[in-house]
Amino acid sequence: MAAEIQASEDERIRSETLATKLMKKPELGAIGGVILVTLFFMLTADSTMFTLSGIMNFMTPAAQLGILGIAAAMLMIGGEFDLSIGSMVAFAGMIFGALTVNLGLPLILAIPLTMAFAAAVGAVNGTIVLRTGLPSFIVTLAGLFILRGASLVGLKLFTGGSTQLRGVRDAVEGDWLARFFSGDALQGLFAWLASAGVIDTFSNGTPKVPGVPVEILWFIGFALIATYVLLRTPAGNWIFATGGDSGAAKNSGVPVRRVKISLFMLTACAAALVAVITVIDAGSTDARRGFMKEFEAIITAVIGGCLLTGGYGSAIGAFFGAIIFGMVTIGLTYTDFDQDWFQIFLGGMLLLAVVFNNVIRKRVTGER
Amino acid sequence: MADDTRFHHGSVPADARPIIHMEDITKHFGNVIALNGVTFDVTPGECHCLLGDNGAGKSTFIKTMSGVHKPNSGQIFFEGKPLSFDSPREAMEAGIATVFQDLAMIPLMSVTRNFFMGREPTKGKGLTRRFDIDRANEITMEEMRRMGINLRAPDQAVGTLSGGERQTVAIARAVYFGAKVLILDEPTSALGVRQTSNVLSTIDRVRKQGVGVVFISHNVRHAMAVGDRFTVLNRGQTLGTAVRDEITATELQDLMAGGQELAQLEGSLGGTV
Repeated sequence: MAAEIQASEDERIRSETLATKLMKKPELGAIGGVILVTLFFMLTADSTMFTLSGIMNFMTPAAQLGILGIAAAMLMIGGEFDLSIGSMVAFAGMIFGALTVNLGLPLILAIPLTMAFAAAVGAVNGTIVLRTGLPSFIVTLAGLFILRGASLVGLKLFTGGSTQLRGVRDAVEGDWLARFFSGDALQGLFAWLASAGVIDTFSNGTPKVPGVPVEILWFIGFALIATYVLLRTPAGNWIFATGGDSGAAKNSGVPVRRVKISLFMLTACAAALVAVITVIDAGSTDARRGFMKEFEAIITAVIGGCLLTGGYGSAIGAFFGAIIFGMVTIGLTYTDFDQDWFQIFLGGMLLLAVVFNNVIRKRVTGER
Repeated sequence: MADDTRFHHGSVPADARPIIHMEDITKHFGNVIALNGVTFDVTPGECHCLLGDNGAGKSTFIKTMSGVHKPNSGQIFFEGKPLSFDSPREAMEAGIATVFQDLAMIPLMSVTRNFFMGREPTKGKGLTRRFDIDRANEITMEEMRRMGINLRAPDQAVGTLSGGERQTVAIARAVYFGAKVLILDEPTSALGVRQTSNVLSTIDRVRKQGVGVVFISHNVRHAMAVGDRFTVLNRGQTLGTAVRDEITATELQDLMAGGQELAQLEGSLGGTV
């Protein structure tokens, strides 16, 4: 049967060049962006920006945003938005603060409970979107205000009138789990590298950079796992299918509802993770935490190659998108430029990315 | 209605056991009666055409057959046993595959990812259980070759395929996943001449593998090209079933239009419909 019908090669299809093949990778734009931004700062910024400590400096905010951005990218590939993640950072921070400070729970309980709260809110968001059939954009916009307001009200309740809840650092002091969510990791490795003379040290022999801030490891780990899930598991295929055309996906047996609700829960949990890390780091939580992060996360995802219409994008792209973000925010302080150029740059980047992505999509689908 | 004698010979021969037999199906949506007593069956290795004009109830009927809608009354026999499907998934698992007009294809995704959408082959266990993409690519290339399409690469996006090729991917997918009954919803309606003939020959190929094909169309010519039996649906009712060579295209056309009106038009249109 197989040999019986051999369709001839279609003479009208040109073979692909390497360039077109690369063009079809969603993360290409973000990687190109990283190279451009790096070149730009190499030319304009103080040379200390690209020393080890300088890199840690811009990678820390990049990591905090990136964890949100990768989750937002996965949700966007699944065809939905979540505008409530920024407020979720504040809300989860408040929950976490109340659990550790007011209730005095150890981290082994406080962190899973915070995650559970966030996941529940994510599930509610997802359920409302699916039940009503309304755009997630508008449903989660409501969430943005509700959660921000709930954080304010809740904080006042837990602190007796203040919008800042202090004392988290004291509460988690000495907790064995704290080292996975705050401070620097791999200190042994860095001490060894310092003694071997690979990295810079202070005159007393201790390394100038004591270790890698934990959020960077979370960020890298999350990017790797997300990429693996998207590209190499059935669940990943379901996410692309759900975002590409949820009707078609449903007809093919993809559990569309479960996929979407899980993704909403994932973004909420990512926000809770960022909340836990930053709250332990700062030692306190306040209602403004995570302000505007929802937009930055979506911009990160779009720079990373996600289409606003869903069904296309990559976690690695969002990873590099977040690095661009961190480099620009922190990098400008190493230059003579006014720091407020940041927002102009951001808007420009977003516009460029959207236009670029649109061209890519036409190439991929062979539209003319 | 069908006092035409030839229109009664179409019932299944006693020896051929239908895979699916639907008896006197009715379906209402509120006060709209979409189906009002439809009887239909399909046997292995035949192409049974369901013909009807727009609004005749074709779509409602195939959705009932594929488990999307539950009939208000009537019976469904699957391989001789009474059965009712609660979801499209159940019908799919039983072996009833439907290729809808939208094809359930996602243009941005690769042919392989579309082919295995919702039914990905995996390897490994537990946490390392993963999408076996190499095997999936191999199977896709092989199945498409069997249908007469040489893909440039399995990771080619479906959006770059022509309409006929997409239709073929959808059919190949259904057959690969063990369809016993393949329902094709207007597979040729948006295609050009050559693509149509490709799809029709794909249908022929599928039929020869022993799959029962339900070919929905309002184009009598396309139906006549591959059909073994023809059932006409009009205003939610089946008018009867005819066997190939016992009925002409003109007669089918007349029945689809509900008899008289088109026959009068025929004269002025000069056989162009």
